[in-house]
Amino acid sequence: MDFVLRKGEIHALMGENGAGKSTLIKVLTGVYPRDGGEIFFDGQPFSVSSPMEAQARGISTVYQEINLVPNLSVTENLLLGHQPTRGGLIDWPTSHLKAQRILARLGLALDVRQLLGSYSLAQQQMIAIGRALDLSSKILILDEPSSSLDYEETEQLFAVMRQLKAEGLGIIFVTHFIDQVYQVSDRVTVLRNGELVGEFEAANLPKVELIAKLLGKALEDFVYVEREKSKAAEKVSREPLLQARGLGKKQSIQPFDLDIHGGEVLGLAGLLGSGRTEMANLLFGIDAPDQGEILIKGEKVELSNPMAALLHGVGLCPEDRRHEGIIEDLSVRDNIILVLQVKQGWFKNIPRKQQEQLAETYIRMLDIKTPSPDQAVKYLSGGNQQKVIVARWLASRPALLILDEPTRGIDVGAKAEIQKLILSLSQEGMAILFISSELDEVVRCSNRVAILRERTKLGEAVGEAINEQNIMRTIAHS
Amino acid sequence: MKALKRATASPLLWPQLILAVILLFNLLFTEGFFRVEIKDGHLYGSLIDIVKRSAPVMIIALGMTLVIATKGIDISVGAVAAIATAVAGILIAKVHASLALVIIAPLIAALLCGAFNGLLVSVFDVQPIITTLILMVTGRGVGLLIIGGRVVLWRMPSFEFLGSGYLFGIAFPIIIVVLVFAALFVFIKSNPLGLYILAVGGNPLASRYAGINVRRVRFAVYLFSALCAGIAGLILSADIKASDVSLVGMYIELDAILAVVIGGTSMNGGKFTLVGTIVGALIIQSLTTTILTRGIPVQYPFVVKAAVVILVILLQSEEFRKKLAIRPVGKKPA
Repeated sequence: MDFVLRKGEIHALMGENGAGKSTLIKVLTGVYPRDGGEIFFDGQPFSVSSPMEAQARGISTVYQEINLVPNLSVTENLLLGHQPTRGGLIDWPTSHLKAQRILARLGLALDVRQLLGSYSLAQQQMIAIGRALDLSSKILILDEPSSSLDYEETEQLFAVMRQLKAEGLGIIFVTHFIDQVYQVSDRVTVLRNGELVGEFEAANLPKVELIAKLLGKALEDFVYVEREKSKAAEKVSREPLLQARGLGKKQSIQPFDLDIHGGEVLGLAGLLGSGRTEMANLLFGIDAPDQGEILIKGEKVELSNPMAALLHGVGLCPEDRRHEGIIEDLSVRDNIILVLQVKQGWFKNIPRKQQEQLAETYIRMLDIKTPSPDQAVKYLSGGNQQKVIVARWLASRPALLILDEPTRGIDVGAKAEIQKLILSLSQEGMAILFISSELDEVVRCSNRVAILRERTKLGEAVGEAINEQNIMRTIAHS
Repeated sequence: MKALKRATASPLLWPQLILAVILLFNLLFTEGFFRVEIKDGHLYGSLIDIVKRSAPVMIIALGMTLVIATKGIDISVGAVAAIATAVAGILIAKVHASLALVIIAPLIAALLCGAFNGLLVSVFDVQPIITTLILMVTGRGVGLLIIGGRVVLWRMPSFEFLGSGYLFGIAFPIIIVVLVFAALFVFIKSNPLGLYILAVGGNPLASRYAGINVRRVRFAVYLFSALCAGIAGLILSADIKASDVSLVGMYIELDAILAVVIGGTSMNGGKFTLVGTIVGALIIQSLTTTILTRGIPVQYPFVVKAAVVILVILLQSEEFRKKLAIRPVGKKPA
């Protein structure tokens, strides 16, 4: 495919999972060798055989999963590999000064002596960008930089990007967030299935058209979900499946009441850090509450560990798929059948035939892109890994499924699939607790929305009150 | 062609090849290596000898395989074997206990050691190498205390059968190995336990979210590893008809770990292979035997062992294979 990046431009790179965005970048930066074609950089033919070489020549990449070392200081992270030395020893004063200068360029003033891990994800991202810039100042590639950032942090990031653009850098901005593309990009390249769909001036491409080029089918899916949701609401069961009464945990979440009914999609809305995951963890037995109780089908239960929750029909698809979800060396099939198997205990094996059938079923249902069910999960793309985890929980047929950020870091098409899935599951009678940072998703899929702020449940929105403005207002006013 | 590719992709290939090479070497250069005869109704021969001598390492290595699969390690096995030896020795020499007690009591002692390891690792989250280091350092001291501080020689024909007896013409230690292996195979391979062990080794946090009782799994593998060490200790002392607490099983943990790694179990989790461990143990023992029968002085086996181990591990490494332009196993990560 052809791709052009101009000096002093922010060029967005968009596409489905498996469309080829990551591959393109890896070929550009020398992680993968190229099979054919040529690359020209500054008018000269360009070829590198390693990311380090690419960096030396002026191209740096900041990845979605920040590849820095949390237990080293900010200075060390910024300058690792090329720290100023004096007489063979590291020159710390100069290092710290240099680190501060690098961050100042991005408008950051942090204590560079502190450990990287003590800073927020957003700040770590900035530091990663700082490192990249220090190493090479011609092309900066940002791979999904805003996935873990909130609104303000993303604005900061964009301010930095605009400043760098003004300085003449070429920035490749890989993202799934369509609105962000319009906020900050000059041109957009759309990929699909490893092929170029087109390159467009952002100003000349209406949002609807961009979406159509990316999604194809998914657009219809969103409309479908909205429409069907109201029909599904009529079938919600009267009796609550799970009730939380005064459930709370110190330093984690203030005591709250929550009712969830079979066939209902209950959304959990709130900013980062508002306590949504903490709530989910209490309901699933990952954390033990300090106070309050949980009733399932009217009976009090002790959910002291995930197994107990499993046996009571509760499932949780965790927020951090990399650390809490996938077991990367195991196959797709093993990852999918895991919970179902765990439910059966230590001695009752799921027969191989059944395992294979289950794997096939869910691979098909969720359109998981993998060469075979035996492929180790670590070789799948992030979005497909997420689907494997969702499949794992679906396979265990819970009565209540908690989905914590199931669409994080995956593209629009896959997001639409998952939202359709949520709808169909609720139509079959499953109760769903849907947690997402993207308010439009929560609004689209939920029958009721519980609103959180700073680890307290503020209240609930039902029916007409479920819209983005209303919810944001509720959060802001308390 | 496809079968060839699949065969070369199997992690078991290289260990088996190496073993074949060693055996071939002996076939060509060592007189009577492959000769198996029947004397006094028992099978005899260098080959048989190798298998018999490797029995203790094999058993310990089988237990070690599971521990390594949970990304742990157990370096206390030698000391646990010594403790088992001590308990057996005391029971035979001082108490003149029944065979049943002589066998069961040391195994219970071993299980207690395993429980100690398991508790520290699974409940208190102490790193496995540090935890098992405790027993490795203090275990023999404990054993010496039990046995009264010296080497104890004893005779107990029924117990000695464990080390030198024959059943259906096959040396009894081999029978024990077969039993342990069979039990493991049934218990682990056709059971979800193997999957849980891999899950815990691969990602303990994700395993917890999936409902696995991570503590219990970890506790179990250390328990089992110690049990294996206890069994090995019994065989070793029955073989020499003595309880030599200071020396029995010395460095056997190293041989066991080597056997596991050569056999193809990855120290990074993801898979383990019991058959591979058996092959690995055979390689180590046949190497030692080959070297000794060639008349090479006793220091050299260590050097040769080290060289072979390095070779096998290199061959197992994807990077190395790529450099040799042998097809790597599996795809590149996305």
